[in-house]
Amino acid sequence: MSDVLAFAEQRAGQIGSAAREAVSTAARLAGQLGGSAHVITLGGPGLFESAGALGEVGAASIAVGEHEALVEYNPEGYAQVIADHVRAGDFAAVILPATTVGKDVAPRVAAMLDVPLASDVTSIDVDDGVLSITKPVYSGKAFAHLSVDAVPAMVTIRPNIFPVEQHAAGGAVSTFTPDIDPSAWRIRVIERKAAADGALDVSEATTIVSGGRGMKDPENWGLLESLRDALGPGVALGASRAVVDAGWRPHGEQVGQTGKTVAPKLYFAVGISGAIQHLAGMRTSQTIVAINRDADAPIFGVADYGIVGDLFEILPRLAEEVAALKAAD
Amino acid sequence: MNVTVCVKRVPDTETRVRIDGTGIETTGVKFIVSPYDEFAVEAALRTKEAAGDGAVSLLSLGDASTAESLRAGLAMGADSALLLTADVGLDGLATAKALANELQGSDDALILFGVKAADDDQQQVGPMVATLLNRPCVTGVASFEVQGDMAVCHREVEGGVEVIEVDLPAVLTITKGEYEPRYASLKGIMAAKRKPLEEKEATSVPERLRVDRLSEPPARAAGRIVGEGPDAVPELLRLLREEANAL
Repeated sequence: MSDVLAFAEQRAGQIGSAAREAVSTAARLAGQLGGSAHVITLGGPGLFESAGALGEVGAASIAVGEHEALVEYNPEGYAQVIADHVRAGDFAAVILPATTVGKDVAPRVAAMLDVPLASDVTSIDVDDGVLSITKPVYSGKAFAHLSVDAVPAMVTIRPNIFPVEQHAAGGAVSTFTPDIDPSAWRIRVIERKAAADGALDVSEATTIVSGGRGMKDPENWGLLESLRDALGPGVALGASRAVVDAGWRPHGEQVGQTGKTVAPKLYFAVGISGAIQHLAGMRTSQTIVAINRDADAPIFGVADYGIVGDLFEILPRLAEEVAALKAAD
Repeated sequence: MNVTVCVKRVPDTETRVRIDGTGIETTGVKFIVSPYDEFAVEAALRTKEAAGDGAVSLLSLGDASTAESLRAGLAMGADSALLLTADVGLDGLATAKALANELQGSDDALILFGVKAADDDQQQVGPMVATLLNRPCVTGVASFEVQGDMAVCHREVEGGVEVIEVDLPAVLTITKGEYEPRYASLKGIMAAKRKPLEEKEATSVPERLRVDRLSEPPARAAGRIVGEGPDAVPELLRLLREEANAL
């Protein structure tokens, strides 16, 4: 009982970075426990191929559950198949990515298995054969150090925090047909609408460009969009609570304690003074850049780099020079 | 249409947190109904109003001071409240079991939660209660409408919006969307004093996810002001590229 299971989520048949982080984390923990890492992934026919690549990030075996009804996420099917898979195995821990899907399915699986769940953890290690888990609470104003009295230990891990390590050996891929009855499901997804401009969500972006009150008017968001576009793919727009409450931006963009907690590689805070509840939601970002006219704004206390001045002068120059830099690459 | 809303009392989100062992110093801290739970209360009141009949019941697990938060929900317009007294920890499944024990006999068409509590941010009790009660659950609902024996829910997901049908009775967790909570009127506050607020001990469920200690967030190394105005841009980009390896 030293094996670790990771759930690798697919979207449109592709396995994303959050899933690879979960698999790599499972491999690291299994190594520390003296076992091996196993993966379950669910989707439609053809998932087999992209799932095979998970061996390179540490999976010893990869179980691919293929079913037409699992192409799109539905909690009724996913929770049951994952719980059945965990019961059939012998795992010390189960790791899921804290994505929208992971956060939705993990509590259901935990309740089915009658084990507690630590959500959105930022570190997990083995000390003397025991798992020690850390997760932010009060949206990052404090960190809780946790221990679990149940087997398997279930966690969801915050995206963009855990490293993906390359492994030499490829895992053995097998497919199975999940035993599910979609006609009995009480939840039906009847429509999926992509965001109007194909915008990326803040919780999965590797770079976030956030605006606050200092932007002065929702009409000025074009300046932030120019910077986003210059930075290339993987960049999302974020917003402070003040501008969401004012109706300038949708709640989906809100970063902070009553919005989303994010940990991108690069975070731009533009015209955001840095209210405590905003700082709580973004302080685990790897690199933070602040642009603000007030040199005493609290945001400069957490920023790695700051520019003091008029954002309406700084943003156009920044977008232009980033674009030039990217063009030269 | 009867609706139960589960609410949690949490420290105000503007509060500066001071750590005290495995918890936080609560002296001088203002407590509020968790903001997402307020959206759920608002959603429940609107559902009852749209149906033209029914009752909104509040349910909370917490210490005796939680009665104050329930009173606030009654002042918004809920009809009755039940406080299950217990020490609430971080183990969401233990919380879910205590709530599910109480809700086991409920025939309310909807049980609503906030999508997450603003304190421990576990985002799990709603779907756990649903699983324990064998009810379907849709999380992160920005708006919904009851249509006959189902609810049609709009849900924000990465990269878009989903429209989901769920059979009633169901559990929904509500996020910030259409449900800007109403202010309690003076009349509502007065009426709340006469509404039933029952208190009883929760069934005891052992916690299996334990907080060994709390710590300050890892300190960020002191940052620096690169410069003033647009002329600082080239140096910022150089640092982002060469020092932070972030571009």
